[in-house]
Amino acid sequence: MHELSIANSILEAVRKERERLNGARVTRVGLRIGELAGVDPDALNFGFEVLVRDTELEPLALTIESTPRRHECPACKHVFAVVDYQFDCPACGAKATRCIGGDELELAYLEVEEP
Amino acid sequence: MSRVPLEKKVLSENDLIAARLRDTFLAHRIFCLNFISSPGAGKTSLLERTLERFGPSERVALLTGDIQTDNDAKRLARSGFPVKQITTGGTCHLDARMIERALADWRLESLDTLLIENVGNLVCPSSYDLGEAAKVVVLSVAEGDDKPLKYPSIFFKAELLVLNKIDLLPYVSFDLAQARAYALQVHPGIAIIELSCKTGAGVDNWMNWLAQRREATQARNSLVPDKA
Repeated sequence: MHELSIANSILEAVRKERERLNGARVTRVGLRIGELAGVDPDALNFGFEVLVRDTELEPLALTIESTPRRHECPACKHVFAVVDYQFDCPACGAKATRCIGGDELELAYLEVEEP
Repeated sequence: MSRVPLEKKVLSENDLIAARLRDTFLAHRIFCLNFISSPGAGKTSLLERTLERFGPSERVALLTGDIQTDNDAKRLARSGFPVKQITTGGTCHLDARMIERALADWRLESLDTLLIENVGNLVCPSSYDLGEAAKVVVLSVAEGDDKPLKYPSIFFKAELLVLNKIDLLPYVSFDLAQARAYALQVHPGIAIIELSCKTGAGVDNWMNWLAQRREATQARNSLVPDKA
């Protein structure tokens, strides 16, 4: 259960960004979580809710986009999402494709109210 | 309402400190490994076996993380090598700041190898970079052989999988071939070593892997000019 400390890192980042935006009112945080990141969206949502409650950031919404494991084919450069551990290139059939994403844990965007 | 793109890592603070640690390890030519497993898979036993094999001239130190107690540090200190316990007091993983703090009063120039035993947990430690050269995941045959599929993150990020307690194979329904296949499904190319800390079987293979991996890191590090 490290989702609480991750939620805390998100709020720290929001506070920092808010300063940079001259105290603008942030209404939503967009987050991107890869399937290999080892982070549970439900637990993160819960931790986020608890940490935001009764703070100056309230109300603040969290939107989580889950991203799949992605591979690139070294032969034809095709990029594809891996389903059920099928790593062969769906375009040209090549084996030994390379993992290029799916472990991300990123702040994608903030939604801000216009002053 | 307007949308401001951020595109930054959530744990950038931790990654920043981890990068600083990696620089420090590079400057002092320290080879660092991060051991991760569920509680009871045998991280401490594996480290005990490893220290037994090291000669007294080996310049190795250990950090061991637990939520409570310094039992593991006491066990490992019997080897005579320097050991420090990090007690997290509830946190389920080690983060880079804890490592930096623990190393603050150590003379790093007298070290070649740093072995970090993470808190027993197959999930959370995989998210935190500690500046290590590689992560080693330990799975015991007393657990399920489908753990690589259930906890893909750590098996994806670890360079080596140690399958421990193989002396118990006659008594459990763990399928070694299946576990290997699952680990390779999640992480094609992951190195796998089967061993028993109890009987010592396979420990030679582990020590060889360690020596080779350390050599490879230090050969790379020697390409970097001294900071002095």
